[in-house]
Amino acid sequence: MQAFTKLTGIAAPLPKANVDTDQIIPARFLKSISRTGFGKNLFANFRYREDGSENPDFVLNQEPYRKAEILIAFENFGCGSSREHAPWALLDFGIRCVIAPDFADIFHNNSFKNGVLPVRLPREVCEQLMEDARMGGNARLTVDLEREVVVRPNGEEIPFKIDPLRRHLLLNGLDDIGQTLQHASAIDAYEAKRKASQPWLAGG
Amino acid sequence: MSGQKPRTLFDKIWDAHVVETLPDGTALLYIDLHLTHEVTTPQAFDGLRQAGRKVRRPEATLAVIDHNIATDASRYTGIEDPESRVQVETLERNVQEFGVPFIPLLDQRQGIVHVIGPELGRSLPGMTIVCGDSHTSTHGAMGALAFGIGTSEVEHVLATQTLLQKPARNMQVLVEGNLALGCTAKDIVLAIIGKIGTAGGTGHVIEFAGDAIRALDMAGRMTVCNMSIEGGARAGMVAPDQTTYDYVRTRPMAPKGEALERAIEYWKTLPTDAGAHFDKVVKLAAHEIAPQVTWGTSPEDVLPITGIVPNPEEAADEARREQMRRKMQYMGLQPGQRLQDLKVDVVFVGSCTNSRIEDIRAAAAVARGRKVAEGVRAMVVPGSGLVKAQAEEEGLDRILQEAGFEWREAGCSMCLGMNPDKLTPGQRCASTSNRNFEGRQGPGGRTHLLSPAMAAAAAIAGHLADVRDFQPQQAQ
Ligand code: SF4
Repeated sequence: MQAFTKLTGIAAPLPKANVDTDQIIPARFLKSISRTGFGKNLFANFRYREDGSENPDFVLNQEPYRKAEILIAFENFGCGSSREHAPWALLDFGIRCVIAPDFADIFHNNSFKNGVLPVRLPREVCEQLMEDARMGGNARLTVDLEREVVVRPNGEEIPFKIDPLRRHLLLNGLDDIGQTLQHASAIDAYEAKRKASQPWLAGG
Repeated sequence: MSGQKPRTLFDKIWDAHVVETLPDGTALLYIDLHLTHEVTTPQAFDGLRQAGRKVRRPEATLAVIDHNIATDASRYTGIEDPESRVQVETLERNVQEFGVPFIPLLDQRQGIVHVIGPELGRSLPGMTIVCGDSHTSTHGAMGALAFGIGTSEVEHVLATQTLLQKPARNMQVLVEGNLALGCTAKDIVLAIIGKIGTAGGTGHVIEFAGDAIRALDMAGRMTVCNMSIEGGARAGMVAPDQTTYDYVRTRPMAPKGEALERAIEYWKTLPTDAGAHFDKVVKLAAHEIAPQVTWGTSPEDVLPITGIVPNPEEAADEARREQMRRKMQYMGLQPGQRLQDLKVDVVFVGSCTNSRIEDIRAAAAVARGRKVAEGVRAMVVPGSGLVKAQAEEEGLDRILQEAGFEWREAGCSMCLGMNPDKLTPGQRCASTSNRNFEGRQGPGGRTHLLSPAMAAAAAIAGHLADVRDFQPQQAQ
């Protein structure tokens, strides 16, 4: 996983609540067996018209947002299906950070595991950032995970909080399987105990 | 144990599965059962391969194909869509390479992962159950802690049989009293989501309780738990009771004999203690719930079937007004229209929410002796091969086909637009599935969520209809 430390880039405004994972990447594009290549179908139902041509009204089809690295949205971002293809599609498009008032649980989890940083900030702050984002290329935002601040184009710093373990893994680009396997003996001990107390689970 | 703090069902299952607690409070949680399917696993197995890791407990894992297969006879002649075929073949190769138990496509036990887990007796009370699919919450009906995970977590469970998890908060949804005629578990859960909203359960595990929940059979409890995720909850659960034990007793892969008796003794210790703390409590009166149907593009956009399409201009603020206008436009609705006047093109009875034998019986009871309206395509897709066989033994397939319904093979089918069963743009569908998001059943498709009996009523009427107007008829 690619580490996330500090990112300065163009932020795309997506002033919508309840952006679900079916919108982020519709089910018909989930058939790939790799983790890459989903970026072209990110938000496909908004980005393309029925005949397959680009919809010029959608933010990610406009300059400079084609190169957006940050996305600003409203409440309950990432609700719906558990598909990890959602952060994969964001990442593959180039978006490494989503800022919203809150996130659906599974999406929130999945993002961290793929080096996409979900930042929770109050609605009023998201509205301000949305305005910043509308200014396009002249208004880059900085997201600094080390210091846990978002820096607005006017230099104002907005603090945010990330769970310490997740922050550590993300800053260092660590895989949590490796981390967990350090506890292998505790898992062995748990399994031995469980076999004795719940023998009906032993076979499966 | 005396002196111990009263605990909820969730607390008890959680505590029993903590392998270790890390300094920041994150738990390494042991996973008893890992269900897998073709869509969310290829990248996970690939990750294992690249790291040279094995599946830690293949016997605690079960794989099945359900999402992207056809549900007509074409499944017997191979999968047409090349990408779907690759995904299915990849799973077949992976289960072989890693020694994971697998139910092949043409096995009679094949079906939607959330239908077959309980049906086969693999999902049991007291377990932690995960699957790379948000509707894993379904298995909570068994009195288990069951939740959906992403593909990285699938890989984590395959490799370690554990997950890193922060404890959730406890929420109780109490449904008291008796359900009115024509109302079902689906109406209960839609009413709950209407009340709490799609983010109402975020960060929580919901325990559904109250005598209206106790009175539900296992299929009904599964329907309710299935849609917990639509209320934003991490998981939903119902405490195990005699209904649960009687169900488990008849399941082929469940423990038997003395092992089962010992298990039941343990399961009886699981229900929430008197006085246990819930961070949030929501109450509903069952008799106030009328047959429900969604009008918008989020499961919380739900109304009684007697309702009318709301007026966006009456919404509280401009953001909400704008959102509602967008929903109306997408759904092709006018404010003030009667829901019962909305003509449907397609009716879908199926999905992990409502494809069990009880659901098919409910649809057939309405369809018996009646005909699907002209111009409506109506389909019934059983949740598993075993459900299908049972329905055929009961003659339900005949009743449904005589009424003009298509009778299909088991799978996810029209619940999501990734297999050949899809809506075309603008089509309006009465669907027993769980999500009415834009494009969920196919680009441009318009979904109205409702119960199986309500879906059958819509098929007969040709428009959304009140099932209470459809008294059962005898076969002609
Ligand atoms: S039936 Fe629908 S919701 Fe259920 S597992 Fe299949 S696709 Fe997901």
